[in-house]
Amino acid sequence: MTQDHASFLADGSGHLLLAGLPPGPLLALVIILPLAGLVPLLLAGPRVGEWAAMTLAGLGLAVATIIALQVWWSGTPAIYHLGGWRPPLGIALRADGVSSVLLVMSAAVFCGIGLFATTGRDRKTSFPPTYWMLSLCVASGLNLAFLAQDLFTLYVALELLTFAAVPLVCLEGKAAQLEAALTYLLFALLGSLLYLLGAVLIYAETGTLDIGLAGQRLAADSAMTGIALALMSAGLAAKAALFPLYLWLPPAHAGAPPAASALLSSLVIKAPIFLLLRIWLGLAPADLAERAAPVLAILGTGAILFCGLRALGQTRLKLLIAYSTAAQLGYVFLMLPLVKSSGPLTIPEALAWTGGFLHIVSHAFAKAAMFMAAGVIAEALGHDRIRALGGAAQAAPLSVAAFAIGGLSLMGLPPSGGFVAKVMLLTAAIQQGVPWIAVVVLAGGLLAGGYVLRVVVCALQRPEASATFVQISLRRQAMALVLAVAAIVLGFIPLEPMGFLLVGRP
Amino acid sequence: MTGSIILALAGAGLVGLGLYGVIMRENALHRILAFNVLGGGIFIVFGFAARRGAGAGFAADPVPQALVITGIVVAFSATALATAIVVRLAAARDEEHADARSAKDEG
Repeated sequence: MTQDHASFLADGSGHLLLAGLPPGPLLALVIILPLAGLVPLLLAGPRVGEWAAMTLAGLGLAVATIIALQVWWSGTPAIYHLGGWRPPLGIALRADGVSSVLLVMSAAVFCGIGLFATTGRDRKTSFPPTYWMLSLCVASGLNLAFLAQDLFTLYVALELLTFAAVPLVCLEGKAAQLEAALTYLLFALLGSLLYLLGAVLIYAETGTLDIGLAGQRLAADSAMTGIALALMSAGLAAKAALFPLYLWLPPAHAGAPPAASALLSSLVIKAPIFLLLRIWLGLAPADLAERAAPVLAILGTGAILFCGLRALGQTRLKLLIAYSTAAQLGYVFLMLPLVKSSGPLTIPEALAWTGGFLHIVSHAFAKAAMFMAAGVIAEALGHDRIRALGGAAQAAPLSVAAFAIGGLSLMGLPPSGGFVAKVMLLTAAIQQGVPWIAVVVLAGGLLAGGYVLRVVVCALQRPEASATFVQISLRRQAMALVLAVAAIVLGFIPLEPMGFLLVGRP
Repeated sequence: MTGSIILALAGAGLVGLGLYGVIMRENALHRILAFNVLGGGIFIVFGFAARRGAGAGFAADPVPQALVITGIVVAFSATALATAIVVRLAAARDEEHADARSAKDEG
């Protein structure tokens, strides 16, 4: 956003009330708030706990929105030093354009998934208080991961997320789920320990854990810097299921109950991805980042093509969606060779930057919608075999619609957030003379089209004569549709957020 | 060779042993133990970074000590969660086997 625009808005009267709030403490509040629900959930019954959790989710969305508006209006990142201590001794929380957008994204998707989870109350699909406690911990951990500026605090945030996410996978206690949870935990632990080792080496090199300060002090020619960054990236790649370390993701994300799958696949996975981007776009010395970017982009390509093909070959709906997550996450890494790690961006670079982050946001909405819709379809039909989906469009019409609309965004068809994101990446790749990235974007879109359409076509078939359906209330189906439509609406947001996403970039 | 170098090499050795165990072992419990060895190695390396006084330029930097304590708590929780899942998994498998057997007997 331009300076003139900012001062014009600052003169307006509508937001004076909000502008008067100090932004700093809100950053701490948005992290602590979800944890306030844990005590009522422990002490009160499930009904009260459920409403406490939903109230906190709503409040969290409000606080996240206020933070984002303040960052937008002021055009500068909001910073809070815990206890008044500045780095290198203290710990800083910082919300720049990207972090505040991710905060709002996670709070909004979290509310949507929460509302969906409340509708299963009277059935056997009802969720125990444990689900709500774990999901509140996930919300807190996500906010911490998006805001923390300190490598060790980020390690703790990642571990908090893992410890909340792993039990979500095995909520129902079946052997297959426990097995998936254990694999997930072992991958995640290896990932976080490698990340920690890298962070320790960074500390040994620079004497600080603050990302901004360490970024200034890191020497590009030191072998230690390269080793530290490689260790951190390998660890985060294991946590982010970046190709070829995606093997844990499909069983874990597909095995969990639908509301938990949606939470894991749309939000939890975004934290390590965001950190990986922060490391290469904020911490690494510029020429090292330039050399690493093609490697990460090639891994992303591997994810898009290989996991896309695996998704095409799946016979179960939830596994298909999980493989599609592993594939779609690859797009994020395509932006790395197209963006400079520091200094002002040219317009094609800013396009790639905006496209990459818009992809993260629209994928969160679309994927949450698709997992919730798939859960409802499986409830209605009693199974989720793709070949036998016939009749799903009659049994759960809103859910099939939600799946298809979410799928539009994954395919990158207009009008949708996914479309705008992919067009931005494509244009940036062509303008900067990196045509292979453009080819990968298109090929990934075709693969996504293949696996989404295959499901939709099966769901539109006539049911077999012997098939019986369970009636699912419209209320339970509606939430997925709302999130899917939100993914479409993202495509209509004018390009102005491009400036907003760049606020506070190093 | 000074004491702190020996300490750092010991830490690095533990990291190597731990990584080997995590990757090569099949048994979940062995892997969990290997994670603890790996974590211990990392904490010792961190202690060595403190000995260098990298942070504040003191003779010894207190920050890593504080972080290592947090790290030990996190590693402890991870071990507890992982072993709990291993125990539940064993119980769930036993149950499934028992169910399968009784179903076969009835059939």
